[in-house]
Amino acid sequence: MAHGSTLALRNGAGGTAPLAPRRKRRRVLPGFHLTLGYSLFYLGLLVLIPLSTLFFKAAGMSWDAFVTAVSAPRVMATYRITFGASLIAALINLVFGLLVAWVLVRYRFPGKRIVDALVDLPFALPTAVAGISLTALLGRNGWVGQYLEPLGIKLAYAPAGIVVALTFIGLPFVVRTVQPVLQDVEKELEEAAASLGASRWETFRRVLFPAIAPALLTGFAMAFARAVGEYGSVVFIAGNMPMISEITPLIILIKLEQFDYAGASAVAVVLLVVSFLMLLAINALQAWQRRLTSAPT
Amino acid sequence: MSKPGISTSSSRRIESSTEEPAWVRRSLIGVSLAFLLLFLVLPLVAVFTEAMRKGFGAYLAALVDPDAWSAIKLTLLTAAIAVPLNVVFGVAAAWAIAKFEFRGKSVLTTLIDLPFSVSPIVAGLAFVLVFGAQGWFGPWLLEHNLKIIFAVPGIVLATAFVTLPLVARELIPLMQAQGSDEEQAAIVLGASGWQTFWHVTLPNIKWGLLYGVILCNARAMGEYGAVSVVSGHIRGLTNTIPLQVEILYNEYQLQAGFAVASLLALLALLTLVLKSVIEWRHERALAVELPPEQPLARVSSPARTTPTPLASA
Repeated sequence: MAHGSTLALRNGAGGTAPLAPRRKRRRVLPGFHLTLGYSLFYLGLLVLIPLSTLFFKAAGMSWDAFVTAVSAPRVMATYRITFGASLIAALINLVFGLLVAWVLVRYRFPGKRIVDALVDLPFALPTAVAGISLTALLGRNGWVGQYLEPLGIKLAYAPAGIVVALTFIGLPFVVRTVQPVLQDVEKELEEAAASLGASRWETFRRVLFPAIAPALLTGFAMAFARAVGEYGSVVFIAGNMPMISEITPLIILIKLEQFDYAGASAVAVVLLVVSFLMLLAINALQAWQRRLTSAPT
Repeated sequence: MSKPGISTSSSRRIESSTEEPAWVRRSLIGVSLAFLLLFLVLPLVAVFTEAMRKGFGAYLAALVDPDAWSAIKLTLLTAAIAVPLNVVFGVAAAWAIAKFEFRGKSVLTTLIDLPFSVSPIVAGLAFVLVFGAQGWFGPWLLEHNLKIIFAVPGIVLATAFVTLPLVARELIPLMQAQGSDEEQAAIVLGASGWQTFWHVTLPNIKWGLLYGVILCNARAMGEYGAVSVVSGHIRGLTNTIPLQVEILYNEYQLQAGFAVASLLALLALLTLVLKSVIEWRHERALAVELPPEQPLARVSSPARTTPTPLASA
């Protein structure tokens, strides 16, 4: 019997080699210190040290100077525009991202694979290219703009244009986080709900939606985080009018060009702290989704 | 209604009740395709139509313009340095994270993601604070006549920062899902670490690695925000393709700007095509090796089998 002989061998191996070598065997693969050391070195040199200079530069300011720099009216206006537009864009992506993910997972239609591949376009297309292209489309003579202009809708060189650009940038996040989770939802759950008399909408709302909610929120948070820092696609379409359509990354650049290094760093620290918080939130959401998907088994 | 009639009709109802009615299906597909058409296809098509507005001759003329040409060369040079740097880092980080257990692993994984969530402008500013004239190393660099900011090294650094996570992010879940049994077997059979990597690990991760490289390359060539902070926009010297696009656009040379931009759009399309090809190949390979419902992207902790005590016996 195979099982018996394995057991016998296992006992034999355990007898000759007690605990110590067994612990060693866990790191039978070489290169742990080399790869970890190099990763930390590279990360430190390229990411951590440069980013820490921002904090040092900002810490060199007096508290009053820092507060003045980050809460000047023109800077406050950029927060409203950046966070407001990012929130609206992320909400649009939440709705349409879920819809696209649903359609891609559940339905068959011609050209589906091409559509699926195309969803990643905003990841691959440089932001500056997206920016000039969207501006050309939405401008007064653009393919889309010429129909909106008579209706009094102005997208290019206006805050609404920022939302359009940020929607484009964030589009893949919700789709790509929801898609695999939706794919994994067990069909049996839906069948059970249906056989218990639930309508299709009730099944979605009370069975499917709770299962994909964390993934949906993760995608939303990722799209939002990406939108907050976005620069390339926005500067072309926004018009960049102070107090009206100026985004926070742009005000940092403007301060830098005026050689106001401390002021630029102060605002950058605000953005950086938001980035950290978003990163933590995303990690927590992903952990929640993992618990949810691994729990039933 | 007779009894058997009810049972068949109700069983049919259960089957169809996990699907939406045809009109709902069609309108959902219609709405999402319209959304994607408006937000993805139109901007892409617009780049090429605007580029070709004055005919193919003008398109080519815009590309062979000396400034455009030097921007193309600088972009290629930047990618040729930044991408290999991030490939080495990505492989090293994925090896450490996927093959070993250690304290602070989740912190390391989060740190690798950091460049994704930092605004490119903030990244550029950070490099200016380190290497700029007013920065930490500014006086020292000036003394030794070295230029990093407003020069090529700064552009490479900013590009490497922005694209740092791409290769690692592609490899970590892949290598975690594969576990380390094959590598352990190779080592136990007497292979050296390098031999194990070249002959066992690399063939297993080659498609994921290739996609990571391609995506990293596309992003490196297209990076705009961080590079625009550190470049200084010196024509013919420190302009990459996206910066050249910006200059042409701001000078109202729209057709020329879109022509240069179309190079990057083509690169993006090529990236998507290669990604799809790799994914389909991978799916086919996976369908043979693993049960199809095993999702790669979601595997966070190594699905490793218990260590086999027989290996060392």
